[in-house]
Amino acid sequence: MTLHTPSSEADACAFIASAATARTPLALVGGGTRAGLGRPTQTERSLSSAGLTGITLYEPSEMVIGARAGTPLAEVQKTLADRGQMLPFEPMDHRALLRTSGEPTIGAIAAGNISGPRRINAGAARDSLIGIRLVNGKGEAIKSGGRVMKNVTGLDLVKLVAGSFGTLGFLTEVIFRVLPVPERVVTLVWRGLSDEAGVALLSSALGSPFEPMAAAHLPAGIDADHARTLLRLENFSVSIEYRRAELATLLNCHGAPELIEGAASGALWQGVRDARFFAGSQEAVWRLSLAPTNGPKAMAAIARALQQARWYYDWGGGLVWLAVPAVGDAGAATIRGAIRPLGGHATLVRAPDAIRASVPVFEPMSGPLQRVTAGIKASFDPAGIFEPGRMYAGV
Amino acid sequence: MSAIAFPLPDPRILARREEIIAGLAALVPPAALITSEDERRPYETDALTAYRRLPLAVVLPSTTQEVAAVLKFCGEQGVPVVPRGAGTSLAGGAIPQEDAVVIGVSKMNRILEIDYANRVAKVQAGVTNLAVTGEVMAEGFFYAPDPSSQLACSIGGNIGMNSGGAHCLKYGVTTNNVLGVTLVMLDGSIVEIGGSHLDSGGLDILGLIVGSEGQLGIVTEATVRILRAAEGARPVLFGFPTSEQAGEAVAAIIGAGIIPVAMEFMDKPAIEICEAFAHAGYPMDVEALLIIEVEGSDAEMDAQLARIVAIAREHGVQTVKESQSAMESAAIWKGRKSAFGATGRIADYICMDGTIPTGQLPHVLRRMDEIVKGYGLRVANVFHAGDGNLHPLILYNCNDPVEAQKAEDAGMDILRLCVEVGGCLTGEHGVGIEKRDLMNVQFNEADLHQQMRVRAVFDGQWLMNPAKVFPLEGRVAA
Ligand SMILES: Cc1cc2nc3c(=O)[nH]c(=O)nc-3n(C[C@H](O)[C@H](O)[C@H](O)COP(=O)(O)OP(=O)(O)OC[C@H]3O[C@@H](n4cnc5c(N)ncnc54)[C@H](O)[C@@H]3O)c2cc1C
Ligand SMILES: Cc1cc2nc3c(=O)[nH]c(=O)nc-3n(C[C@H](O)[C@H](O)[C@H](O)COP(=O)(O)OP(=O)(O)OC[C@H]3O[C@@H](n4cnc5c(N)ncnc54)[C@H](O)[C@@H]3O)c2cc1C
Repeated sequence: MTLHTPSSEADACAFIASAATARTPLALVGGGTRAGLGRPTQTERSLSSAGLTGITLYEPSEMVIGARAGTPLAEVQKTLADRGQMLPFEPMDHRALLRTSGEPTIGAIAAGNISGPRRINAGAARDSLIGIRLVNGKGEAIKSGGRVMKNVTGLDLVKLVAGSFGTLGFLTEVIFRVLPVPERVVTLVWRGLSDEAGVALLSSALGSPFEPMAAAHLPAGIDADHARTLLRLENFSVSIEYRRAELATLLNCHGAPELIEGAASGALWQGVRDARFFAGSQEAVWRLSLAPTNGPKAMAAIARALQQARWYYDWGGGLVWLAVPAVGDAGAATIRGAIRPLGGHATLVRAPDAIRASVPVFEPMSGPLQRVTAGIKASFDPAGIFEPGRMYAGV
Repeated sequence: MSAIAFPLPDPRILARREEIIAGLAALVPPAALITSEDERRPYETDALTAYRRLPLAVVLPSTTQEVAAVLKFCGEQGVPVVPRGAGTSLAGGAIPQEDAVVIGVSKMNRILEIDYANRVAKVQAGVTNLAVTGEVMAEGFFYAPDPSSQLACSIGGNIGMNSGGAHCLKYGVTTNNVLGVTLVMLDGSIVEIGGSHLDSGGLDILGLIVGSEGQLGIVTEATVRILRAAEGARPVLFGFPTSEQAGEAVAAIIGAGIIPVAMEFMDKPAIEICEAFAHAGYPMDVEALLIIEVEGSDAEMDAQLARIVAIAREHGVQTVKESQSAMESAAIWKGRKSAFGATGRIADYICMDGTIPTGQLPHVLRRMDEIVKGYGLRVANVFHAGDGNLHPLILYNCNDPVEAQKAEDAGMDILRLCVEVGGCLTGEHGVGIEKRDLMNVQFNEADLHQQMRVRAVFDGQWLMNPAKVFPLEGRVAA
């Protein structure tokens, strides 16, 4: 495996153009911490964004930051924090779960559309991503979007590239919309609720005017003996005081919540964000996206068939992190079968290579969508050199 | 006006008109097919009324299956198709051409399902934007994107244009509020993309559909997010002696970590026009007006407004007028939301729509004034100050072709200026026919070709709304 680390976009263009001519498959890496995401791919060469670093634009009063793709995420976060701002979507850090080391890069956050608990209120990474530069599979530098929040000029290729995991192009620069860091953050915790009751609590809270910014349910056995249902409030102090009291009243049929704040609250949400509860085990890990009230329904069906399953809910019930024994198809048939009548999808996030090679990692698509997906891939990467087969066989 | 070129209609299609109509008649009930000249008239233009073309025929299907049958037929016959919602596009996005069949979704206007626990509504594409909010309001919910045209415009058209509104500073635009669509492609295939869950698996094709201006397929149903409304909302009027000070106040508010739900800016000419129409109590002795709206409980709003007012004072605010009642709030918004209509009463106007980095505001306001004066015309400015989305209204007399041409030229110069300072050609109205020929200003050939290759994946024949968005020359295949 050879690694090429261009120091400029032009260098990346030249390298990719020659790889396209030779039809050499390329792995695209940011911090190079990637080991097990997507389907295992066969690439002899890697192209790294590590040489493309630095903040290119930061205007706090316009709430916008731009950086070259290889810029460490930590540097972007530090720059923002110095001015009291943050990335709205609270990106997950996969290192604990995937047992990798290295520096997550801002480009890979865009490439993976990686969001955390605040996604329910502040949107996903793709919602904050407003501009990109990337090199397509012909070695051409392309831009889409820009530095302004509102932009409907032409097709929104930004969204298409967010979450394409390196299959459409090599990102060289990304521009995100940012938000102010809230003055105060508190977490309300209810104990001992069933999955249905926990998710019902979260639904009432999210349907209230009190704007919870994160909402999760951890069944008993996930890092504690008792179940915990969590709501996070973020705002100016006056609002926090008022809203926590109103929420406690609104939800008093579920009991009185405990209040946690500061480091304890931060650590709890980091656990939820990074699926840390599954970090130390050998289980296969799935990520299910569903309508929130369907979360407990799907899990009831799955738990009947996969008795060693462990799971918890984020996004008000709509995101289920599920750990199952890493044997056979890692529960794929059961899990996808349970979701099918409900709508939604399941992605296999962690599993040994052999399983990820035999089980579709991303949710299989209908025929016409498959054709469109393959067509889009070819339109960016006609020689099929970027991460071939990473998302779907042939894409 | 005749500055914007339309492709010449294909004489072979025109010659086969009867045959094509007979083919369509076999696919939809008689009431869904409009062929007489009189009845086709209303479909010859949209809100960019300076341009019109009578379509070959108009079809108003009632079901997704009918849309699929009609699209498949048009695809097979090589007949261009123009998808249409309510026809309120200001960029000419829904204007047909003589050899095209308009497929309108206006009859598909039912709300199919409301799911409060999961905070989504499933609607047909022809339902109006305001009807969605109307349906869920009693439960305290609303649909967030609020274009000023929300009484008339359809969810399908909002998806086509990725529409926004005054409140998108906090709540985002259409793309941030749609979770799924049923899309019919030119070959008649029907695909479900997304659903009631948050993130799509696989490539974000939904994100591509939103804002695609009817070029990738026809949306027949959509699942949209509905949000619980805040307990209260209160707008405040701020009058500033100069636009610079108003702009600096906006930057300072955001810098202080406050994101109001809306921050609207009006310059002096716009204030005069809107006040004369709406009698909203706007101050007449200031150069610039900001309408800043906050949300929450009374105590929360008081606290937030106190901070905002303090910042405004630091930037020399001349008038501060807090709304004291729901009626006053409604009047304040009525003035702003009727800006277009009110302007229409005093002159013909072109409403431009570009976005700039807000830091460039004073420079851009100055340059815009120079540009428009250079053509001997007047301009009134209303815009979304929080996100830099400008709406200069260029006033002219439409009975004077020379003046009309000047207005259009001035508008194009302003859009070039937006791009020059780091902004873009359109923030919410779309490219349509209006800005098609300026796409080269914002994008180079490689950028545009990449977009066109993606477009061609859905429509290799370039039949879907073909005269829009991309320059007529140099089109590429997948
Ligand atoms: C083993 C592993 C598994 C992961 N699994 C998931 C997961 O299931 N879901 C999820 O949302 N995130 C996942 N991630 C994403 C990861 O946690 C974050 O992207 C993190 O920021 C890794 O940063 P990196 O710079 O090391 O990215 P890398 O691990 O180097 O790259 C991550 C992805 O982004 C692509 N990429 C990186 N840089 C560029 C670029 N400049 N242009 C285009 N594409 C680029 C890569 O091809 C790859 O698909 C996984 C990461 C790792 C290491
Ligand atoms: C007075 C006034 C105020 C306005 N204010 C705003 C504003 O504040 N913010 C804003 O964003 N816009 C505004 N607009 C512009 C316009 O209302 C929006 O662009 C709106 O979304 C258009 O919706 P429509 O249903 O009228 O669509 P149409 O005008 O019929 O179509 C718009 C585009 O979408 C395509 N399309 C329509 N239906 C479908 C479908 N079902 N599937 C696929 N494609 C489709 C069409 O082909 C066309 O390209 C305003 C317009 C007016 C006249």
